[in-house]
Amino acid sequence: MLSIKNLKASIGDKEILKGLSLDIKPGEVHAIMGPNGAGKSTLSSVLAGRSDYEVTGGSVEFLGKDLLEMSPEDRAREGVFLAFQYPIEIPGVSTTNFLKTAINEIRKHRGQDNLDAVSFLKMMKEKMKTVEIDQSLLSRSLNEGFSGGEKKRNEVFQMAMLEPKLAILDETDSGLDIDALRIVANGVNALRGKDNSFIVITHYQRLLDYIVPDFVHVLYNGKIVKSGTKELALELEEKGYDWIKEENKEAV
Amino acid sequence: MSNTATLIDNLKAEFQLEGNSALKSIKQTAWNTFETLGFPTVKNEEFKYTNFIPATKSNFTLQAKNSISLADFNSIELVKEEANVLVFVNGIFNTKLSNIISSKEEVYIATLAEALTDSKEEALITQHFAQYSNNISDAFTALSTALAKDGVYIHVAPNKVVSKPIVLYFIADTYAEEVFSQPRNLFIFDKNSQATIVESFTSFGNKVSFNNIVTEITVAKDAIIDYYKIQNENEKAYHVGTTQVNQKGNSVFNAVTVTLNGAIVRNNLNVVLDEEHVEANLFGLFLPSGNTHVDNHTIVDHAKPHCNSNELYKGVLDGKSTGVFNGKIFVRKDAQKTNAFQSNKSILLSDEATINTKPQLEIFADDVKCSHGATSGQLDAESLFYLRSRGLSEKSAKAMLVYAFASDVLSNIKIESLKLNLEHKIAEKLAVN
Repeated sequence: MLSIKNLKASIGDKEILKGLSLDIKPGEVHAIMGPNGAGKSTLSSVLAGRSDYEVTGGSVEFLGKDLLEMSPEDRAREGVFLAFQYPIEIPGVSTTNFLKTAINEIRKHRGQDNLDAVSFLKMMKEKMKTVEIDQSLLSRSLNEGFSGGEKKRNEVFQMAMLEPKLAILDETDSGLDIDALRIVANGVNALRGKDNSFIVITHYQRLLDYIVPDFVHVLYNGKIVKSGTKELALELEEKGYDWIKEENKEAV
Repeated sequence: MSNTATLIDNLKAEFQLEGNSALKSIKQTAWNTFETLGFPTVKNEEFKYTNFIPATKSNFTLQAKNSISLADFNSIELVKEEANVLVFVNGIFNTKLSNIISSKEEVYIATLAEALTDSKEEALITQHFAQYSNNISDAFTALSTALAKDGVYIHVAPNKVVSKPIVLYFIADTYAEEVFSQPRNLFIFDKNSQATIVESFTSFGNKVSFNNIVTEITVAKDAIIDYYKIQNENEKAYHVGTTQVNQKGNSVFNAVTVTLNGAIVRNNLNVVLDEEHVEANLFGLFLPSGNTHVDNHTIVDHAKPHCNSNELYKGVLDGKSTGVFNGKIFVRKDAQKTNAFQSNKSILLSDEATINTKPQLEIFADDVKCSHGATSGQLDAESLFYLRSRGLSEKSAKAMLVYAFASDVLSNIKIESLKLNLEHKIAEKLAVN
């Protein structure tokens, strides 16, 4: 589904991704862990098409297409979704309103007709239940005055509505209490299927108790330096990142 | 191509002293003032950024024909709810397209010329006409006063609530000729009355039009007035519109001024808070694109204590358009306990668009709360990225953000169909489907 080869990306003069490679097959959940500054958020930003980053090398293929060539909206329409680490507030735009536009633009891209109001509302109700989010939040200005947990739940709600093929969760667990974490994880798990893949970027192992990954990768200094299964996450939780840093000292 | 002097000569030929002796004297003085001042040039501080001189060189006719059809009119109708409708084409009242539905008990609505034939109303007109507008240093207003012929006269008696909005359409018909028109309005709202007024400006044809309109509004004690001015003329339309408001004790005046299109548009909105406990709310939204120039000049004059004014003007500028916001607030010596707030925010959608903002506060009282703020910038890049990352095209993401930006101005429009209509026009302007 997603094939990242030797990806290099910089912001300004600073190279952050220094040759990252990763392969994700349909249905797989990949966790990416790593210390602060390793390049985790840069990876999610580059995949979603944020223009602050310049890709200086490598390639990213998504479902056979060159992802890096696409505009952010085309990536979304092809099925990439990024749950933001810091969901922004947009006064005057309600979640309901912009999601309706988004869904219809995505459908248009795929040659489908607009979703009628009844079907849209039905879908909303269903997904609202999954992520335990209240209607009143969705008709308010996007994320304005939302708590941290509500913002993250809104991200997962949007993901549920857009039904992406590849969802990237960028530290969705940061700042969440245990109940919010469980709700967010439930939302993700409800979407898991043989055709949907996930990249779960996290600093802590905690989230992976709820979203059990197929693979765990350690990102350090702009590269994936270690890959394994969910046991690797437990090891990281126990030993911290220092041993990773130690192991890769020469590479720095 | 004609020249400014020819226009002034032609206007002089139109100048006739009509009406009672008091009105004659007002008009004569106003004409003398206009002749002395002439059309303002950019040397005049009030017109520093807004130059109408080139427009005065058009080959204007002052008595244009009217060829606006019902279909034309239907295409520009703004309000779907039941309303009193008065249509003026090139400054001349059009009976066929107009329809007054409110009863005479509720409100007296007539053309200014007709009202002057009613002795009771004539007395009121004589008392209020040209008493609030600036006929001393404002050449456009003096010209309007001198040549005032037709326009709308509204008088709401004490304690009356006009349940249906009064919608005034001023249409420039340039199918055949270049037109210069000067409608002149006078609205008198007596004690404890309520009414909603809409002024709409549109144009047809592709020739130059020049509209110099003055609306004087007097709002008596306890009256509550909503006033909406909507402009959507073509790229060859020059517009100077002056709305002069005088408010008495405990009255509320809410204004929303929306400018969508035109060549050069100047909106003057001047409010005098003339007794205690008055509230004035001034909202504005302007969305110029192409080469359009929009200039909003406002004066909020706190003459008496314990009054509140609140002003919010928002601009969205695209193409090579230019915008001006000049907001004066006076707080007179007596006007203690004044609350006066002013804010102007603009978004520039293109690198070639410009906004000039000038807040001007002159405070002579010492126990007041006044604030002003101005911001201008681009659409927030992070918000744009967020929406695009959900699948919205750049265009719809921009439109959505512009729409959101404009919403706290538009939300003050209480006629539902008018608000929807404007939202639709804004969406169209931003070319979203």
